[in-house]
Amino acid sequence: MVAVTNIGRAEARPPLSVRSRLRRSVGPDIDGYGFILPSAIIMVSLVVYPFGLAVWYSLSDAFIGQPASFIGLDNFIYILTVDDIFPKVLRNTLLFAVISVACKVFFGLICALLLQRITTFKRFFRGAMLIPFVAPTALTTLGWWLILDPTYSHINWILKHVWPFSEMGLGPYQFLADPTLALSSVIFVNFWRGLPFFVITILAGLVSIPDHLYEAAEIDGASTWDKFWKITLPLLRPVLAVVILFSTIFTLADFNIVFVLTRGGPMNETHLFATYSYTYGILNHDIGLGAAVSLFLFPILAFTVIFLLRLIRRDTAYEL
Amino acid sequence: MAAIELRDLWKRYDRVEAVQGINLDIRHNEFIALVGPSGCGKTTTLRMIAGLEDITAGEIRVGDRVVNEVPPKDRDIAMVFQNYALYPHMTVYDNMAFGLKLRKTSKAEIDRRVRDAADILNIGELLDRRPKQLSGGQRQRVAMGRAIVRNPQVFLFDEPLSNLDAKLRVQMRTEIKKIHRRVRTTVVYVTHDQIEAMTLADRIVVMNFGLIEQVGTPDEMYNAPKTRFVASFIGSPSMNFLPCRVVSGGNGSLALRLTDKLSLAVPPERAARYRSHLDREMVFGIRPEHISDRRPNAGSGFEEFEAGMEVVEPMGIDTMVFFSIDGIEICARARPRAVGPVGEAMPFTVDMNEMHLIDPANDRVV
Ligand SMILES: Nc1ncnc2c1ncn2[C@@H]1O[C@H](COP(=O)(O)OP(=O)(O)O)[C@@H](O)[C@H]1O
Ligand SMILES: [Mg+2]
Repeated sequence: MVAVTNIGRAEARPPLSVRSRLRRSVGPDIDGYGFILPSAIIMVSLVVYPFGLAVWYSLSDAFIGQPASFIGLDNFIYILTVDDIFPKVLRNTLLFAVISVACKVFFGLICALLLQRITTFKRFFRGAMLIPFVAPTALTTLGWWLILDPTYSHINWILKHVWPFSEMGLGPYQFLADPTLALSSVIFVNFWRGLPFFVITILAGLVSIPDHLYEAAEIDGASTWDKFWKITLPLLRPVLAVVILFSTIFTLADFNIVFVLTRGGPMNETHLFATYSYTYGILNHDIGLGAAVSLFLFPILAFTVIFLLRLIRRDTAYEL
Repeated sequence: MAAIELRDLWKRYDRVEAVQGINLDIRHNEFIALVGPSGCGKTTTLRMIAGLEDITAGEIRVGDRVVNEVPPKDRDIAMVFQNYALYPHMTVYDNMAFGLKLRKTSKAEIDRRVRDAADILNIGELLDRRPKQLSGGQRQRVAMGRAIVRNPQVFLFDEPLSNLDAKLRVQMRTEIKKIHRRVRTTVVYVTHDQIEAMTLADRIVVMNFGLIEQVGTPDEMYNAPKTRFVASFIGSPSMNFLPCRVVSGGNGSLALRLTDKLSLAVPPERAARYRSHLDREMVFGIRPEHISDRRPNAGSGFEEFEAGMEVVEPMGIDTMVFFSIDGIEICARARPRAVGPVGEAMPFTVDMNEMHLIDPANDRVV
């Protein structure tokens, strides 16, 4: 009998052990807290500690190889008032993240819808889709660097030598040297790399929507278009919110692609928070300023996370 | 007018011949039940009528137009799915209004129709809820409401009650019957439960292996089954079948010899019908309710025999008694007080006026 008694409902006959007394005061979740304790410790040491350190650096004049002293908000004031590159970095980062994530959502949806309908070579296409995602970023970005490089650019070569482009007199383009093209290029490569994550996750979401809902809608008079807007999209919202959340976080903090392709150039036109902070902190040895730059990311991320999490919480009330 | 005609309707999936050329005329405002064992092609037939499944061969007419190539949304039908298929992200109100909104019905008209349907189904208080917050029976009602508001020519039901518990099932069965009386339309109702079919339908279609075995009123299906399959499928508990030999009983009468010791006389008015099967091995079919405890002076056509009871199942109003003849288990339906202890021999009366004679060569009832 004892074995089937509900956890948390006190049985009260034998003298209470420490565990059951704890359970009485904390409630039935005590086991749960026990189970998350190890990960909580790891979280604190790997996330909270470095974060605290970064906050401390941002409030100090820390320089590589020198003792740091507290200087209050001077770093932040410097960045906001004196540093005329910072506004550009802010603009770049927002453009980079918003455009890239928006494209990933849009094309991710399209690709997922197509992949769901493909029946021949289904596995091949789904596998091939993942390549940009699983290949090492540094490596594939180098590939893109070759493709976009002014001297070796495959695109420029194609525009010049392959009919019908050769007739149009396009290019050659300075993909990484022209300010607008450079930012577009890094956004494109980030999009290319992040798309598979969207496609696969959205595909999983699509597959989980039961067929009979579409059949019911068809009988109710829904066109293909109606079905997409009134059934697919609303039921996909929780999944979309989660991928957008993850992707926004990773895109806002992206470093590799810009670092390999442009190093923030030309004329700082492609600097993001991460690369700019690296420039200050590591290249210029001014750790205090570097930390302060990267901390500007924090409110933006926090806002995005809170907004998207609320969306998820409201929408996961479905039961398919 | 929404009569439905199925002409040589055929459906082949990759390897399965799900429906093999069926013909059926469903009349305007008729309640038709498609019944048969699992996998016999009922759902497939219904889905072809709905337009959710391509037709391999044959023709479907609704009213006077061929609808083979007409998409579901233009067939003016509504369907209630087995698992209800309610839209999880919409309220009950929006679930019911969905079809009307797509058809650009005015807001006021939608509101009127949804509330009317909600009234009929007693779900007025649930209109703001999401499907998740409803019980099985309530979801069932919403699914019906979604069909009713559209005011379609044809209602299709696919095992609408099979996800409900036994008590609710009986309750909803009555409810559906009432609703059909109020909302007169053509109904095609798929079920594997013969009792549902018997209680609801104007006519029953019994299917087996992708073919129609018999079409008829509940009364015809019960009293005059045409095949052994229908005879065993309709009625609960199922009809008893015993191998027998048709023998001459003298004076032009016939008898069925079941064993060396047991022969039952065939009622004289049936003799002509069975004479051509004289001296052949046949199958004798009789329902449990036509074998009872002994009724003295029961009248003509009643035969008597004795058998040792093996199992007794009291059901309250009656008691089912099981015994065997030549190793074949037979079920009889007796008055509880007439049933003695298990193991003892018990006298039975069998009403031969209700017998069926089946030709084992083609399993057809003679
Ligand atoms: N989509 C399908 N693909 C292949 N075979 C199917 C499909 N749907 C049904 N079948 C087969 O067709 C036959 C009839 O199925 P169904 O109409 O669902 O039977 P019922 O509704 O009478 O139980 C079954 O043998 C089933 O396995
Ligand atoms: Mg079925």
